Amino acid sequence: MKFLCVECDRPMGFAERALPGDGTLTAVFSCPGCGRSVAMLANPMETQLVASLGVSIGGRTLAEQPFELTRTVVSGGREGAFADGEAPAAVPETEAAALRPSWDEAARERLQRVPAFVRGMVLRIYTDYAREHGIATITEEVMDQARRELGLEGM
Amino acid sequence: MSCLPCNRRVCDERGAAPAAGFRVTRVRGYHELPAEEGGTLPAQIAGQRARVQARLAFVGSVVAVMSGKGGVGKSLVAAGLAAALARAGRRVGVLDADLHAPTAARMLGAPRVALAVGPAGVAAAKAPCGVRVMSSDLLLPDEAPLRWREPEQAGFVWRGALETGMLREFLSDVEWGALDELLVDLPPGTERLSALAELVPGLAGAVVVTIPSEASYRAVRRAIEAAQGAGVRLLGIVENMAQARCPGCGAASAGFAGDAGEHLQRESGAPLLARIPFDPRLQAIDQGSTEAVAGALAPAAQALVARLER
Repeated sequence: MKFLCVECDRPMGFAERALPGDGTLTAVFSCPGCGRSVAMLANPMETQLVASLGVSIGGRTLAEQPFELTRTVVSGGREGAFADGEAPAAVPETEAAALRPSWDEAARERLQRVPAFVRGMVLRIYTDYAREHGIATITEEVMDQARRELGLEGM
Repeated sequence: MSCLPCNRRVCDERGAAPAAGFRVTRVRGYHELPAEEGGTLPAQIAGQRARVQARLAFVGSVVAVMSGKGGVGKSLVAAGLAAALARAGRRVGVLDADLHAPTAARMLGAPRVALAVGPAGVAAAKAPCGVRVMSSDLLLPDEAPLRWREPEQAGFVWRGALETGMLREFLSDVEWGALDELLVDLPPGTERLSALAELVPGLAGAVVVTIPSEASYRAVRRAIEAAQGAGVRLLGIVENMAQARCPGCGAASAGFAGDAGEHLQRESGAPLLARIPFDPRLQAIDQGSTEAVAGALAPAAQALVARLER
């Protein structure tokens, strides 16, 4: 799907995306010529249809994770199905762990609210984000920032 | 803006005035956009397919185990063939594509451990007989059905796409390693076979499972026609519950009436790989013991390998 600016005869570019959490999706596209913007509002069925293809409107901002679709669309998956769902330590206990960003208490609590089936994947995404940005401690603000930048509103 | 009849950005030849209330325009179609200005979704889908191909580059043959009818012992045949192949020294994996009624992992005795996740993918479970397994059973709580996250409305719109997406991830995101054969245990019917054939263009073929009855013959015949219509090679037929066998003395007696296996063999030209008796000893597979079933299917496994290598 593309939006073409009829006045400029130029394809509009993806500008921003929002997932309000009610199953809908908003995506904004802008014309690189005149700057005019349009917002595409997808209802829950349309949003789910796109999500079920394992694709991301506007392009991926994050490399596809193993079992990303399965882990995000299956409801009530088995706790402990994956070996990456351990809660992060607040204080690194080993030298190797010290190289990983730590999590403050509020961020850890928020992470614990993520369903266990998908928690390990979410943990890894935030950890990688913090490491790539030189962030030593993951806070709720860092999580919000990562969600915005990486388009993780659905996670 | 351009003139529709003249296909020019500014019509200076006809000077045609548009009808009242209409603007004269010709908007470019999707395929008229330069590739770099096209949407990102086709490229993302192509990337998914490429990951499947890359993973399966280390798999000798992908074989579907299917039937047009439920309850004929398709999963038993898939697990038994896999165990027999492993016993013969082959490197084998089983992908349980029956997402809503998964049984392959338990039949093969695969432990319900936490699956390791690394950058390269999710580790397959390893059954005691050496077969690698991936199944939705490993991902769900005991006896829990497969359910999807919201929204629940109009699920028919997207449910098929989700199931195909899971199948794709089971193919591309599992660290299968190097395998000689990857058996895909399909649910009854033909829809999942079509999805598999699209995801795996190099699909080696299908083994079809039936029981002797006339009803099974009719349902499986339809499935064979659908498979052939999708360009899937028929590797062979397995007739399950072909006879009843006394658990005490081992004597065989007539089982279901009918000759579906031979009938399908004559019509399709594919070999009848095995006729498995209804033998209570084979039920040990329900507890994850594959010995008896692997023994019953050993000749079929050997014949299958010969067909694959032909």
